Amino acid sequence: MTAQAKIAAGFDAEKAREDFPILARDVYGKRLVYLDSGASAQKPAVVLDAMRDFAVSEYANVHRGVHFLSAAATDRYEEARRTVQRFLNAAREDEIVFTKGGTEAINLVSYSYLAPLIQPGDEIVLTVMEHHSNIVPWHFLRERAGAVLKWVDVRDDGSLDIEALDAAITAKTKLVAVTHMSNVLGTITPLKEIVARAHAKGVPVLADGCQGAVHQPVDVQALDIDFYAVTGHKLYGPTGIGALYAKRAHLKAMRPFNGGGEMIREVSQDRITYADPPARFEAGTPPIIETVGLATALDYLMGLDRAAVAAHEHDLLAYGRDQVRQFNWLKVIGDAPGKGAILSFEAEGMHAHDLATILDREGVAVRAGHHCAQPLMERFGVTSTSRASFALYNTRADVDALIAGLSKARGILV
Amino acid sequence: MDNALRELYQEVILDHSRHPRHYGTLEGASHKAEGYNPLCGDRVTVYLKLGEDGRVADIRFEGKGCAISQASASMMTDMLKGRTQAEAETLMQGFLNLVKGEGANGLSEDDRERLDVMSGISEFPMRVKCATLAWHTYKNALEEGAT
Repeated sequence: MTAQAKIAAGFDAEKAREDFPILARDVYGKRLVYLDSGASAQKPAVVLDAMRDFAVSEYANVHRGVHFLSAAATDRYEEARRTVQRFLNAAREDEIVFTKGGTEAINLVSYSYLAPLIQPGDEIVLTVMEHHSNIVPWHFLRERAGAVLKWVDVRDDGSLDIEALDAAITAKTKLVAVTHMSNVLGTITPLKEIVARAHAKGVPVLADGCQGAVHQPVDVQALDIDFYAVTGHKLYGPTGIGALYAKRAHLKAMRPFNGGGEMIREVSQDRITYADPPARFEAGTPPIIETVGLATALDYLMGLDRAAVAAHEHDLLAYGRDQVRQFNWLKVIGDAPGKGAILSFEAEGMHAHDLATILDREGVAVRAGHHCAQPLMERFGVTSTSRASFALYNTRADVDALIAGLSKARGILV
Repeated sequence: MDNALRELYQEVILDHSRHPRHYGTLEGASHKAEGYNPLCGDRVTVYLKLGEDGRVADIRFEGKGCAISQASASMMTDMLKGRTQAEAETLMQGFLNLVKGEGANGLSEDDRERLDVMSGISEFPMRVKCATLAWHTYKNALEEGAT
């Protein structure tokens, strides 16, 4: 009860729902119950309005023209960079590189930072709960440069064994690449401890923050982390925009990624010099309108009492976790202490896709499948799971709809 | 429950998915192919034995996946056994049209009646690939899967 009262004091989910126009629609005549924010979050009206306002009043290309609109757009673009800087508490704005999403951010580190350092036999340490976006770029280095991927297992409850991770870091390790929050298990990793252990052995750390940054404040300086990747569309912002935080020293040493306009200092017929970071990594015209949308989304989030939002999301998770205990045919995958608001499960006799189809007809949107985390599916001996992921705009009524839908699906399929 | 769902998960389909016919490997198969849908993880392996007359003398499948994909594979094996390749082709085209909601032209009345239980899938475009996986795998086995 006291927890409930505290939530009400700091954050009102019912009121927040009004900020998200799409939540007012129905599907198949049922109230929309959107439990797939882990795949992509819905956007508040302020984000959509900001993008439109910018496009109709200040839009032009950035860093190019001398004219009025180009200057205005450049200001907004660079202001957005400072917003990301504040959001992650980076020391400097030029430590923020805009990318098209989390995937590109990690690929940038793989290609520009790590690839030139890899000798055959060098190791990259990662966990079995990584998303494919934090696996495949390292597989590239295995295929192309002879890197060795060292996988750290999770415990049966989905928690990470820090000692196992520590033991995996050797003199050959060139990078530890780890999620901040698993998109399947909800496990939140002890990043600060991971960084401390890795740095003690002189190894840098990259965190995939695509889920983690949504559900808790991130302070890259306090973490002392080397690389942190985020994507806009999970942060209630638009698609097509994300960011990489990287320590200045790393960025300065990194080779260019894409080649093109904007990332050069001078180009002649037989010689080229590159721009300083972050421009060096932002070739071509960026998604300018989306950048403004991202900044607005981050301002929206930072304008909320984030501790209260987190408490609200944890309440939904705890409530849902408790509700599904009544189903002896349902097995939750991922019960790590302090985990984030994601509920993945396997239902006996019901394939995740059949379940998702039936839930969908009840207006309940969940994700079904391997969640781009096949090594993790293999670890838990499943080919697919159903996943409900909770966002700030979900309520206990949404959980109730999920539970009712599960009962109904059971009635149909089994 | 809504009618579309009732159509989709009718008893015949659930029965096929729970008790698939012709399930398992086939000794001495003349053709074999594996089908995989990376989006949802459905897997089907189809084994064929063509007779000297070119008919499907025997057919089996193995697989893992949703009720629709497994039921469709089971029904397919039931219906293809004993057919000539030309008949199988007609059946497959008719089936593909049916699940896409484009009618069932070219199917015999008997085939249409038997396949009709799958027609509800046309209301679920996201699930059509589940239903067609086994059929595409059969075709693939025939064209490229000679053992």
